[in-house]
Amino acid sequence: MNLDELYQEVILDHYKRPRGAGLREPFEGESHQVNPTCGDEITLRVHVEGDKIADVSYDNVGCSISKASASVMYELINGTTVDDALAKLAEFTELMNSKGQSEGDEESLEDAVAFAGVSKYPMRVKCALLGWKAFQDALVRAEAAIPGRTDA
Amino acid sequence: MEAASKLDVEAVRADFPILQRRIGDKPLAYLDSAATSHKPVQVVEAMRRFTDHSNANISRSVHTLGAEATVAYEGARARVAEFIGAGNPNEVVFTKNSTESINLMAYAFQNAVFDPSADSRFKLGPGDEVVVTEMEHHANLIPWQQLCLRTGATLKWIGITDAGRLDLESIHEVITERTKVVSFVHVANLLGTVNPTSQITARAREVGALVGLDASQSVPHMPVDVAELGVDFIAFTGHKMLGPTGIGVLWAKADLLDAMPPFLTGGSMIETVTMERTTFAKAPAKFEAGTPPITEAVGLAAAIDYLDKLGMENVRAHEKELAAYMLEQLESVDGLEVIGPRVPIGRSATVSFTFADIHPHDVGQILDAEGIAVRVGHHCAKPTCERFGVNATTRASGYVYNTHEEIDRLVEALGQVRKVFG
Repeated sequence: MNLDELYQEVILDHYKRPRGAGLREPFEGESHQVNPTCGDEITLRVHVEGDKIADVSYDNVGCSISKASASVMYELINGTTVDDALAKLAEFTELMNSKGQSEGDEESLEDAVAFAGVSKYPMRVKCALLGWKAFQDALVRAEAAIPGRTDA
Repeated sequence: MEAASKLDVEAVRADFPILQRRIGDKPLAYLDSAATSHKPVQVVEAMRRFTDHSNANISRSVHTLGAEATVAYEGARARVAEFIGAGNPNEVVFTKNSTESINLMAYAFQNAVFDPSADSRFKLGPGDEVVVTEMEHHANLIPWQQLCLRTGATLKWIGITDAGRLDLESIHEVITERTKVVSFVHVANLLGTVNPTSQITARAREVGALVGLDASQSVPHMPVDVAELGVDFIAFTGHKMLGPTGIGVLWAKADLLDAMPPFLTGGSMIETVTMERTTFAKAPAKFEAGTPPITEAVGLAAAIDYLDKLGMENVRAHEKELAAYMLEQLESVDGLEVIGPRVPIGRSATVSFTFADIHPHDVGQILDAEGIAVRVGHHCAKPTCERFGVNATTRASGYVYNTHEEIDRLVEALGQVRKVFG
């Protein structure tokens, strides 16, 4: 097992100094996700302004992979358009399902390519996806809460 | 003091081919037997021999293989009965696992709701109480909790002290005249506590309640004698005691099994059947609908033979020594906190701990890279975790094949964990 591949410097850095952590207002959608096998939890809020993700805020407990992943996600999608954020979600999910066969596109995924190694550890993939699942769910809720927004 | 361990651990290890495995370039140190144990060649060989030589369905056919299979299956039942001190093999019901065994008991109460002629011991409704403890595996919590929700009965539990022991002082308040059944864990899977049973069973008797044990973590590790324990039922599972997965045991007193309605219905559990009605076979057949785990029963009997040859007293002594060594070594690690009893008295060789705010998943991952297999998470005991204010723990658990050297490797690897996350 090559642990350096799993616990890359960038992952440990996000774990120790998470970006964008803490729950903030305003928000239109909130999601609470748990990983029942290990007890990891995240509460995540999405604030949408027009077609932009104006804020993603979160509070989580969990392992380094799940905490770092939420932090990296914050950097990637905060301030982007909803469509861009959904594209990143799809791209990151695909990377996590690649079973180590993909290195990920650094242009697009930035720090998140550090999780490519995680895709070789089936027990940890769900850790890396927990925050993203919460984002996806919170966004659906946010859009349901915003009148007239049904197109995303 | 009891004599030092009489187990020849090196000889035992030679019977378990999987222990020769390497994880990457590191030899495997398997410290997760509380989740599932490994199987010695004797067990695998017994199952292979049965499959290659005598495989057939039981109690149906007159052919030679059918007869041999029936003898082997019923022989396994007798072997289990002997192993746990049950006088009557018909008190041993084969199930899928401990979870099913406990559900079988809980459903006896639930099914009695619909049966006006049901035995009064199984009548449960509002005002009645069911008692468990705060240190249960979910397997001995959720079936009773759901039973109470469905019948309107009240679930109560015996709490845990800070030292990781049952709060026995509370049992007179928790177990009352309203209590119909007390089901509690013999050895706790997260805390490693070996619970003294006599006070609880005596109190249950005093109030006329049925009393049973989740013995999943005790039968594999220590001498267990149901007559001596004086309980009404116990549940345990094959795969934690060197046997195969897919077979568990419910032992219950014959008069209780007779009074209990069936749980699963279908083939092999009947006496006569018409399109309108069925009369049921006597226990244990009444509770073994469908083709049972026959090869697995043969494997379980072989596992019992293996354990008996080692001697359960010797197994217990070995694990006591292992527990003492684990506690001593682990507590010497800076930032490590044991969750559960910190002395090797009334304790199994299962030690849960937290380590310096490092998430157990991360601890387990680094340990795996060093070839060390431990369990991480909530161990199907979320209320216990909550009691100690933790989300998850890392758990090392020992068995007949574990050595001090493996504990040393665990402790050393924790240094590695600290290096990565410190």
